Amino acid sequence: MSAPLLTLNGVHTHIGAYHILHGVDLHVPRGQLTMLLGRNGAGKSTTLRTIMGLWRASRGQIVFNERDIVGTATADLARSGIAYVPENMGIFGDLTVRENMLLAARKAKRIDDIDDRRLEWIFSLFPAMKKFWQHPAGKLSGGQKQMLAMARAMVEPRLLMLIDEPSKGLAPAIVTNMIEAFRELKKTDTTILLVEQNFNFARQLGDTVAVMDNGRIVHNGPMAALAEDEMLQIRLLGLSLAAHQ
Amino acid sequence: MITRLLSGDLPRSRILAALLIMIVLTLACAPFLFPGAKALNVAAKILIFIVLVASYDLLLGFTGIVSFAHTMFFGIGAYGVAIACSNLGPTWGALLAGIGLAVLLSTVLSVVIALFSLRVRAIFYSMITLAVAFAFQTLASQMSSLTGGEDGLNFSLPDVLSPSYQLFERPLFGVAVDGKLITYYLVFGVTVLLFLCMLRIVNSAFGRVLQAIRENVFRAEAIGYNTVVFRTAANLLSAIFATLAGVLLALWLRYNSADTSLSFEIMIDILLIVVIGGMGTLYGAICGATIFILAQSYLEDLMARGANATQDIPVLSTLLSPDRWLLWMGVLFVLSVYFLPAGIVGKLRMSKR
Amino acid sequence: MRATLNQKSTDEVTVNTLIGSINRVLRKIDLPPLLLAPLLMLIGFVAIGSVSTWVTLTVAGLAMGMIIFIIASGLTLIFGLMDVFNFAHGLFIAIGAFVAVTVLGALPQWSQAHNLGLNLAAFGVAALAAMLVAGAAGVVFERLLIRGVYGQHLKQILITMGGMVVGQELIKMLWGPQQMALPLPTTLGGSYVWGDVAIEKYRLLAMAVGLIVFICVIVVLNRTKVGLLIRAGVQNLDMVESLGYRIRRLFIGVFAAGSALAGLGGVMWGLYQQTVTPQMGTQVNVLIFMVIIMGGLGSISGSFVGAILIGLMANYTGFLLPKVALFSNILLMMAILLWRPQGLYPLADR
Repeated sequence: MSAPLLTLNGVHTHIGAYHILHGVDLHVPRGQLTMLLGRNGAGKSTTLRTIMGLWRASRGQIVFNERDIVGTATADLARSGIAYVPENMGIFGDLTVRENMLLAARKAKRIDDIDDRRLEWIFSLFPAMKKFWQHPAGKLSGGQKQMLAMARAMVEPRLLMLIDEPSKGLAPAIVTNMIEAFRELKKTDTTILLVEQNFNFARQLGDTVAVMDNGRIVHNGPMAALAEDEMLQIRLLGLSLAAHQ
Repeated sequence: MITRLLSGDLPRSRILAALLIMIVLTLACAPFLFPGAKALNVAAKILIFIVLVASYDLLLGFTGIVSFAHTMFFGIGAYGVAIACSNLGPTWGALLAGIGLAVLLSTVLSVVIALFSLRVRAIFYSMITLAVAFAFQTLASQMSSLTGGEDGLNFSLPDVLSPSYQLFERPLFGVAVDGKLITYYLVFGVTVLLFLCMLRIVNSAFGRVLQAIRENVFRAEAIGYNTVVFRTAANLLSAIFATLAGVLLALWLRYNSADTSLSFEIMIDILLIVVIGGMGTLYGAICGATIFILAQSYLEDLMARGANATQDIPVLSTLLSPDRWLLWMGVLFVLSVYFLPAGIVGKLRMSKR
Repeated sequence: MRATLNQKSTDEVTVNTLIGSINRVLRKIDLPPLLLAPLLMLIGFVAIGSVSTWVTLTVAGLAMGMIIFIIASGLTLIFGLMDVFNFAHGLFIAIGAFVAVTVLGALPQWSQAHNLGLNLAAFGVAALAAMLVAGAAGVVFERLLIRGVYGQHLKQILITMGGMVVGQELIKMLWGPQQMALPLPTTLGGSYVWGDVAIEKYRLLAMAVGLIVFICVIVVLNRTKVGLLIRAGVQNLDMVESLGYRIRRLFIGVFAAGSALAGLGGVMWGLYQQTVTPQMGTQVNVLIFMVIIMGGLGSISGSFVGAILIGLMANYTGFLLPKVALFSNILLMMAILLWRPQGLYPLADR
């Protein structure tokens, strides 16, 4: 078993006077999709933002690809292969879909430089992207914006993807579309850390699962194990899986 | 009893307390300590600016709102007295009418500005107040029939306050007890009263809500405070105290013009004083105003002498020229913002530990 | 006949393509604010009555608006991208104007010659010098004053005001405290007269320069990757960084460019008034802020529309109701804010 791509050791984060993360210990195995679950306010988004350098960890270590990245600038982290899709999607509403994709494809100077097969693959998963290519991204529907956010993350090969609640507020049909896209993504060698509240979504995709509560990781293990243990689910998540449909 | 008088807001630093007592006593005895018209003028100006800057601190220091329209209310107060006494004669009735109308106008304007500008972003508010202040200044200059335009209005005050009035035949401790002296002590008394009043306000429950709003608007709203109402009230109070400061100015000078009370230089002076003195402390207004106005009045002489002495050294001489006074104040201001974020008062309070 | 029914005529295809292009453009443009300027011109026409006066005033208004736009465009980008409240923008206007005084004073053979080419060259050199000096001053300003207060709005307002005071005093030190004359180069003065209508030649030049600046800014913003980064950064800085761009390095460039544009605007404004004073920055500051508020922070097209409206309004009311000229602009601004509290073209994520 190869070393985890991403490890957090005793990470604390303070936002102003608020102590949000109280010593997070997390392993994200290489090439797998790790789910980060937990109640609202447990600190999941803060964890992602801390990894990405948008908040600075006040204590602890974050090791990515065998380097401690605490204190590294966000832009440099992105350049070393981490893609981040925030909860609010981070779409540039005034820019067209095309311009959003161009920005995300950092190595490309013009739109033609983007790998055609990659674009075709993205279009096959998210046909709306092709249809609204020249439209301002702000005019897309919520679900389409989420697709664009994912498409941006996928436009170039990444080592690690940090994704925050991609299914939030989406219609079930679109969620199915998302699950398909993630299945496709898992076929590539990308490591994914996915924050979710929808356990059904999580169960279908997650290889590993970590559960957060009050700024700490309270469970970290294979998804299969959690899926079978209903008592554990109730203890950790407050509800059994059957309730999350 | 002192604690009650100061509404529980003690200086909290020996040096600061000593400084404040010294300032207050000096101002109280100024006519007797420093003979001559200039010294008395400086003292009166310090008093007026204490009220003006403290009222600005009420807004900036306690609610975090940056308004550039403060001089407008100052001018309204001054013009209120000036126009009333010019047109209705130097009587107490006219004086009171002028003050009343000025306060009324300030009330209306401050509420309108507040209600309108709080709908938009905070930065828009600052810019809008800047525009309104400029427009008002231009208007005052142009409505010469009413305001005397560029020349301003000279007027007389009720008998007791006129310089020619003599209360006692013989001088008291070497100083003639005339209308000027009476006016000075009127200004002094009102200043003390208004300052203690402002101290009361910021230390009340109302003041605490304002501070909560300054820290975090969303949270204050979430707790249930109607922030618009509170901020409007803060605007209103700040404007009224500024108006009263303007009244004091008019009483002292018996003259007012657009330049005297509405100029942007005054707004800059207020900003300089409140930052150097210490935002959010009210005492900062006292310390800051004293230091600033003393410097403004006497430093220029010092600089002129310095410039003369270094006449032969080219750059140094230009830099010390009294015209450069504002340059150095500006530099001091910038340095204060960087290194003395809590102002003199804040620094004194912290160094106590 | 059956065959032709299924085959669209080439005319139809052309029309469809045309409609498609128009639709694409319309989709991107928010139309109502663009109609405000023509609307104001119409109201002005009705209020003024005489065609010749209206034309003169409108040209004056457009020229003034263009100059204001040149100055405001830099500031709206600085606000929008860097979230910096630079109350000292007016300082760079004054710097530009005074540099122009010096440069034109040093080139009397060009500026006083009766030769359009030489005059334009003199103007060009003065404008270029002004932009360089103002831009350099901007770099110094950013390093010294703004660096330390990113994200702290209150301190930014205070420090930039302080910086403005210091800067104005330095100008007084270098050029003297009085106002100085900035005469127009010979062939650029005077007017073209058509019947009743007199149009000042300089105003046409101002409009031309303004349009060139507008086009350049739009092209840079929309066709270059730097422009793309700026437009994206104005909406969501964190996300641009998360995509791998060290966008903060752009800040000093944007600040310098904005200051340089202010310098250019200062030259134009100074020539418009034919005098310069150290305080001219403070006076124009107010107008600039109104333009930016009306247009929406960070929006170039917003400042364009706002500047035109202010220019027209100032000239129309200057003629019709001179005493309330400045107030009329405030009323205009308030009216627009009541309609759209974030400005004409607010940006998505703020």
